[in-house]
Amino acid sequence: MDLAYTPEEEEFRARLREWLAKALPALPPKPSPLDWPGRRAYDLGWQRMLHDAGYAHVHWDASPTTRLIFLEETETAGAPYVGAGFVGLLHAGPTIAAEGTAEQRARWLPPILRGEEVWCQGFSEPDAGSDLASLRTRAHREGDDYVVSGSKIWTSHAEVADWCELLVRTDPAAPKHRGITWLAMPMSAPGVVVRPLRTLAGSAEFAEVFLDEVRVPVANRVGAENDGWRVTMVTLSFERGTAFVGEVVACRRVLGELARTARENGRWDDPVLRRRLGRLNAEFRALWRLTQWNVSEAEASGGVPGVGGSVFKLRYSHARQELYDAAAEVLGAESLDLERSWVLDRLSSLSYTIAAGTSQIQRNIVAERVLGLPKGR
Amino acid sequence: MRFQLTDDQLALREGVRGLLARRFDGAALRAAMDAPGLDRALWRELGAAGFFALRVPEAGGGVGLGLPEAVLVFEEAGRTLLPGPLVATHLAAGVVDGAAEGETVVADVDPGGLVEWLEEADVVRGEAAGAVSLNSVDPLTPLHRVPDPPPAAVDPAAVLLTAAEQLGTATRVCELAVQHARTREQFGQPIGAFQAVKHLCAGMLVRAETARAAVYAAAVTADPVDIAAARLLADEAAERGARDCLQVHGGMGFTWECEVHLHLKRAWVRARRGGGGAESEELLAVDLSA
Ligand SMILES: Cc1cc2nc3c(=O)[nH]c(=O)nc-3n(C[C@H](O)[C@H](O)[C@H](O)COP(=O)(O)OP(=O)(O)OC[C@H]3O[C@@H](n4cnc5c(N)ncnc54)[C@H](O)[C@@H]3O)c2cc1C
Repeated sequence: MDLAYTPEEEEFRARLREWLAKALPALPPKPSPLDWPGRRAYDLGWQRMLHDAGYAHVHWDASPTTRLIFLEETETAGAPYVGAGFVGLLHAGPTIAAEGTAEQRARWLPPILRGEEVWCQGFSEPDAGSDLASLRTRAHREGDDYVVSGSKIWTSHAEVADWCELLVRTDPAAPKHRGITWLAMPMSAPGVVVRPLRTLAGSAEFAEVFLDEVRVPVANRVGAENDGWRVTMVTLSFERGTAFVGEVVACRRVLGELARTARENGRWDDPVLRRRLGRLNAEFRALWRLTQWNVSEAEASGGVPGVGGSVFKLRYSHARQELYDAAAEVLGAESLDLERSWVLDRLSSLSYTIAAGTSQIQRNIVAERVLGLPKGR
Repeated sequence: MRFQLTDDQLALREGVRGLLARRFDGAALRAAMDAPGLDRALWRELGAAGFFALRVPEAGGGVGLGLPEAVLVFEEAGRTLLPGPLVATHLAAGVVDGAAEGETVVADVDPGGLVEWLEEADVVRGEAAGAVSLNSVDPLTPLHRVPDPPPAAVDPAAVLLTAAEQLGTATRVCELAVQHARTREQFGQPIGAFQAVKHLCAGMLVRAETARAAVYAAAVTADPVDIAAARLLADEAAERGARDCLQVHGGMGFTWECEVHLHLKRAWVRARRGGGGAESEELLAVDLSA
């Protein structure tokens, strides 16, 4: 048991740090959170810089520890978040890399890595959220195309996406997990209509996507027809296993800022608040250790994200909400002013126990798959 | 980075688990409750197995291992509710004659003002004058209170080893709850199929695993701030875990017969060491604004 990094890992860290120190000052100014085209351009520009410096692949084929270092260092240096690149880099890309054909990999992976194309995730539907396998958007074959009709919801980045990893039902007669197929759908295809939804934070982070007889080439199918559920499980293990590393680093920084603000505005003298911040420090230190533990485990098992991801996600999503509740305590009355920092973050933290599998669903996973408790009726 | 147990560490854990299963099983636990007092023979066996001398350098006649190994051993002790002033005697090994071998039983006056096992101890470290006996909530840990404990810093190693014991409890009560939830049937199915029960168990595991990462990391770094964090997480995992385990056991959980209350009571005793978690919270708060 140790926490020391190898000389190669330390060298990777040092080179990255050096590059970040030079690259970050050259970044254009950050666009407003409401400026979607601006955000797309900014996020893709950052990916392009990473690509040109040789770091584009890091999410895919670096060792888990190297990836951990990458996320730790970029976050510590205040580098941009993957943002609009999220689905491409962290879901669709790894899924295509693992399950796609040579042609599919050649078509879709380079533009993701070069920061040229944005992907979104068309999984959830109005009547299929937690029970994703009950999805109803249907597709039938006509010649070389699938013809797709239905609707998707909560699709993050749909407005600015070029491609959608889309789950469709290709065999309505099969048991619900069996009749699903994974397609790469161009968002520009005729029949795709995107209607932005306003989140409780006031912005349009996600959208409804209506699909009316949309033609998607059969060549865009990843995995076999009706084998989409298995392909999807590959995607979800990436989502839960590795998505939050940088965020833990960010939360620890926010906690430090909270303490400084509390010292400035006098709230620090309140021992109850002070001890609450101390407890949060313990929490995020532990979450960082848990991350290192999970990464070491993944390293030992050949890089496969394990079920430790569900344990982590459960604890982390609640801790993040507690962090911003504590921020409100530090701010006092100002915590009701949307112009203050942390107030929007407090609002968006509310999604963490819902998105990517609700806490209830994660608890079911932990109880059934880790603890071996029987499935309920 | 290899933040996983090494083969040697896994073997050590198996060895200790085996020893405790042989020498301190459920029947021994019951016997200890009926006949209060320290089992000196067991204490010597622990000494012979290197429990106390684990971190004493080989040159000094010890085993020469470090905090990570000690943490694994104390976790096992926590799992089985092994009674006695384990932490105090372990810390005294190499300092107090006979402690390393398990010949001398050592008790410490805790900075929070409590003394565990005062009357059974051969050597008491700290000022215990005027100690008043308490009717201890934990039937397996006799307690005294010292009226005005002199201010003393809390030893981070003691805090960490206590956290390791709490981790053992947290893991054990999760296992007990899951075992029960799989076998006890109501409404025609195992209660573990009910989500309300399932989610209690999942919560126990998540707290235990988070605490595990914190405790093991603190053992590696030996950093007092890491140790403070480990303590808070481990106390929470043990206390809440034991409570939830009791809940999963239903009425049986509220009985003297069911072992669960012993875990909860021991977790409470350990959580009071060093005066409770306040000092750790303050240390962690100061660390934030440093
Ligand atoms: C910010 C945000 C971004 C998102 N981005 C995307 C995206 O890009 N692409 C995409 O496809 N989806 C996305 N989602 C959707 C997300 O995956 C779903 O919202 C989530 O899976 C929950 O589904 P639901 O909203 O239908 O809620 P429901 O499934 O209706 O759940 C409602 C409540 O019932 C509980 N519940 C449901 N089933 C059970 C059960 N079996 N046991 C116990 N409790 C249960 C849930 O925990 C929840 O509390 C996003 C969501 C959010 C909030």
